Amino acid sequence: MGDRSTAAPAGFDADRVCAAAAQMRRDIVTMLEKAGSGHPGGSLSATDIIATLYFGGVLRHDPSDPQMPGRDRFILSKGHAAPALYAALAQDGYFPREWLDTLRKLGSHLQGHPDMRKCPGVEVSTGSLGQGLAVGSGMALGMHRDWARGDSASPAGREPQVFVMMGDGELQEGEVWEAAMFAASRRLPNLVAIVDNNTLQIDGHLDDVVSLGDICAKFSAFGWFTIDLADGNDVVEANEALTRAVAYDAGPVAIVAHTIKGKGVSFMENQVGWHGKAPSAEQLAQALADIDAAAGVAERKGC
Amino acid sequence: MADTQTQSRPARATREAFGETLVELAEQGLPVVAVDADLAGSTTTKKLGAYDPELLVDVGIAEQDMVGVAAGLSLTGRIAFTGSFAVFGTGRCYDQIRNTVCYGRLNVKVCPTHAGLSVGPDGGSHQMLEDIALMSALPNMRVIVPADYESARSALRLAARVDGPVYVRMGRAKVPQVYDAGCELSLGGSCLLREGTDVTLLACGVEVDQALRACDELAREGVSAEVIDVYSVKPLDEAAILASALKTGRVVTCEEHMLAGGMGSVVASLLSERQPTPMRMVGMRDSFGTSGSFEELLSHFGMDAAAICEAARSLLA
Repeated sequence: MGDRSTAAPAGFDADRVCAAAAQMRRDIVTMLEKAGSGHPGGSLSATDIIATLYFGGVLRHDPSDPQMPGRDRFILSKGHAAPALYAALAQDGYFPREWLDTLRKLGSHLQGHPDMRKCPGVEVSTGSLGQGLAVGSGMALGMHRDWARGDSASPAGREPQVFVMMGDGELQEGEVWEAAMFAASRRLPNLVAIVDNNTLQIDGHLDDVVSLGDICAKFSAFGWFTIDLADGNDVVEANEALTRAVAYDAGPVAIVAHTIKGKGVSFMENQVGWHGKAPSAEQLAQALADIDAAAGVAERKGC
Repeated sequence: MADTQTQSRPARATREAFGETLVELAEQGLPVVAVDADLAGSTTTKKLGAYDPELLVDVGIAEQDMVGVAAGLSLTGRIAFTGSFAVFGTGRCYDQIRNTVCYGRLNVKVCPTHAGLSVGPDGGSHQMLEDIALMSALPNMRVIVPADYESARSALRLAARVDGPVYVRMGRAKVPQVYDAGCELSLGGSCLLREGTDVTLLACGVEVDQALRACDELAREGVSAEVIDVYSVKPLDEAAILASALKTGRVVTCEEHMLAGGMGSVVASLLSERQPTPMRMVGMRDSFGTSGSFEELLSHFGMDAAAICEAARSLLA
């Protein structure tokens, strides 16, 4: 997973992030098997970028104080990838790991799609696609004004950022482009959009449903600085892209991350059918074996 | 409450209250911000922008983005008011109001203007007559329908001071004054405007004026009508409605809105469950509007004082 010799900024440890991503993947497939429903494909494609945000020192936040003033915000606009977010939040200490066993169950903090009123660390309730970038734009506007006025402390020593992760299929929603126009028009310097470009949506390949064409070119034409992230499942590359995006302050940045849907689980990779289906117990065992093998663990103990 | 005599009451549109009240709230130090969608002049949020350009965010012709941006601003500690016309500011962005604002219980005030028939000549495409139904059906949303300029000011002050989503419905047409300056609306409140014994007229919004006119007309016929302004459609002042219905035994609801899902249907639900009472409902009957003057349309679609009188008489017959 990436060239470990690549120069990385302080706070980023590729081995640590890879290990965190592997644990997220184990948690994702395990919680989905327990839940009996949910979305593994888009959770696994997004895992490495979310791991880089949370465990690579990119996102400045405090799990013991989820509402900490001046924190960075992460909005999972593709809310169906909730298992990836929950796996990161649990591992980061936002809530007890036991909660993962309750995903999608009656009374759970972990709703099928992220609910900010039920789960600490969830900044905005999402699930209806296309809404996160507009919310992130408003948030970035307010935060930028507070920062410019000196009203906002930042534990990071830099301007607090808003990261919005969207699916590529989600870009078919018109509201995304309303927000893209707005954010560029206001030159929001603290807004980073991340497109999880795994090329698949429920009904098939994007190009067979409605093609998005060149996503970077589209954002660029809307006035965004764009970063083409060749391998969005490589935490070193992801960290470099995110670090560049944070440093860019002349306007909003869109990272188009080429990823593999179902990444890390052999039988789920690039399979449309695994968009919204839970693994069986047998499939879970295979998935865990795949994840462990990729993580360099010869044998899982106790399983 | 003020002079409710129907003669010589000065007329102003409820929308005129919007920008002025936002400026007042900003002057008081409340962290208000308005997000509009290229209609800042018509909704009057432009006044807040004139007071402080930072406090008006015009997102252009993009209502979904308007609600999203307002939601994001609310998550930075601001009290965000959305604008636009009711037809675009509720229907075009219903999912954003539902899934982001109401589901997240965000401090966003959905306050479009130009609701109902008051956009007259613009025609049926622009006459929003389903917004109360849309907004009332949403959990966490509160729905206020002010009758005149002064009560609209009070409704906006109230919206700013209660946490969470509030819908304030404002119109374009000038309506005669009902309330004095400084009147205070409350969530779940109502206002008894005329006491009566034969029939209760429950009205909201521009229909309050029509109900008062109907009350005068009925009085000339020897009928004593009670008029209550049911400005808080959600939560509803159930106690006041039940008490008045018990007293008069007859209820007419009056609204410039579709009957399905409007104030009348909410009252009908309440009465049928708790205290079945003979009722008539004045409002739009499963039809789109059409071009015409506001006054013509109220008459054409049976929502004027004459229609209210007719409904009351049919209950008394």
